[in-house]
Amino acid sequence: MTATIPLVDYLVLGDQPHLEAHECEACGARFFDRRNACAHCSGTTFRPAAIPTEGEVRAFTIVAFAAPGIDVPYVAAVVDCAGTSVRANLINVAPDPEHVHLGMKVRLATYPVGADSDGTEAIGFGFEPIS
Amino acid sequence: MASDDLWILGIHMTKFGKHTDLDVIDLASEAAMGALADGGVTMADMGVLAAGCLMQANAPIGQMLQKQIGQTGIPVYNVSNACATGATALRVAAMAVKAGEADFGLAVGVEKLAGAGLLAGGSRKDDAPTWTPKGRYGAVAPVDGRIGTEIMPGVFAQIGMEYGHRYGGTSFELFARISEKNHAHSTLNPLAAYQKRFTLEEIMGDLMIAYPNTRPMCSANTDGAAAVVVTSGAKLRTLSLEQQRRAVKVSASILTSDPWTESCQVLPDVNTLTRNAATAAYEASGVSPADLDLVELHDCFATAELVHYDNLMLCPDGGAVDFFESGAPFRDGRLPVNVSGGLQSKGHPIAATGIANIWEVATHLRGEAGDRQIEGAKVGLAHVIGLGSACGVHILEKAAV
Repeated sequence: MTATIPLVDYLVLGDQPHLEAHECEACGARFFDRRNACAHCSGTTFRPAAIPTEGEVRAFTIVAFAAPGIDVPYVAAVVDCAGTSVRANLINVAPDPEHVHLGMKVRLATYPVGADSDGTEAIGFGFEPIS
Repeated sequence: MASDDLWILGIHMTKFGKHTDLDVIDLASEAAMGALADGGVTMADMGVLAAGCLMQANAPIGQMLQKQIGQTGIPVYNVSNACATGATALRVAAMAVKAGEADFGLAVGVEKLAGAGLLAGGSRKDDAPTWTPKGRYGAVAPVDGRIGTEIMPGVFAQIGMEYGHRYGGTSFELFARISEKNHAHSTLNPLAAYQKRFTLEEIMGDLMIAYPNTRPMCSANTDGAAAVVVTSGAKLRTLSLEQQRRAVKVSASILTSDPWTESCQVLPDVNTLTRNAATAAYEASGVSPADLDLVELHDCFATAELVHYDNLMLCPDGGAVDFFESGAPFRDGRLPVNVSGGLQSKGHPIAATGIANIWEVATHLRGEAGDRQIEGAKVGLAHVIGLGSACGVHILEKAAV
């Protein structure tokens, strides 16, 4: 079986892939990067919080012009996962305004980014339409 | 005038555009000398200098300017605050004057940006040979384009779309019509980088950068500089009647940063800090949105202008689309917005922008805006946002003299 590694450390792989945030124990604010303190209340203790894997698209753009090496067009979005906002691409959907809508229901999906020289496969995530 | 009032005594902006043979020192000097001459003062009168150039934020830009136009030994503050750098320089000069440390302060913003491409997300590192988690997200590879976008046209596209999701009524065509308005306004502004009127079809049919922002819906990367001289009411009283007549009152000078909101570290929240700055500015000045005769706001992208109608409280909550559809923000409307042409056509030499927007408002209040003069303008507001984020709001009033 191929070894895998998540594209970012807040993506938890396994049978039920999901995102995991650092949740401030004092105020409940959630963050995806490593923390020194809470940006909301300056609390310093955090617990892991699993983010719901379904949500709705609160904002999107279809990027048609990007740095060399980035395939365009692609859909960048903010997905509201039951109150926690997540930045992600929308995947498994045609990147055009006829197929992507504000408010559309989506769910987390993973995909292979590619294998490194050791054969380890990086796994990325995006959100795909719930059909 | 009250002794502790703050006044703009002189102000100047260069032509925005491509200045092939001028460097940042030339442009900053032109703006600074223009502002000094406009105010009837000299470098010898200045008690403080604040300067910014975002693309050369490590350079002592203020001292470099002094070496061209006057090394008087005064304190220099070199500031950097993203697209709010110019407004921040003005705030520094204003604080020194308000604190009584200086009678006159000079603030300068300058940028050489013509021909620049994407300012963020313009390049992406190659993937490393082996996947190794790095950085604050433990990423094994660059994430731009894999987890959302870093390019500004895409970030601000989402900001406009988010408003549409919340309140409805937005569309590609609506955002394009905002751009159409500003490009139409620019035809009357000889200092704008582009003075070309576009049809709606031309705007919507142009190169797509990040839906719904096409190229003419994005701010133009240009060269340019702007400078302003501020003084106190006490000092202004000692100056000539002509200087007092042309002086413009700074009724509010506010700078905010972005307070934490739920999604602000996922998509920048340019709304809350703008609303906070506007609220503070209206309170400090005693001016209400209904009193405004014109507004220059930070239309870095067409999608951004819409949300700031609401953030600056030019319309009721959620009413930005109706505000636009009413014709209010057109130059012949109830509350003209971006009669300069805005950043989409005037251009956006970053550090100059937060002073150039004040120049535009001040020029109307002085009745010196020529063909694009908003007749009888007495009160105006200038707004700028630097992503990261910083927001400057200034409310300006015509002198009563």
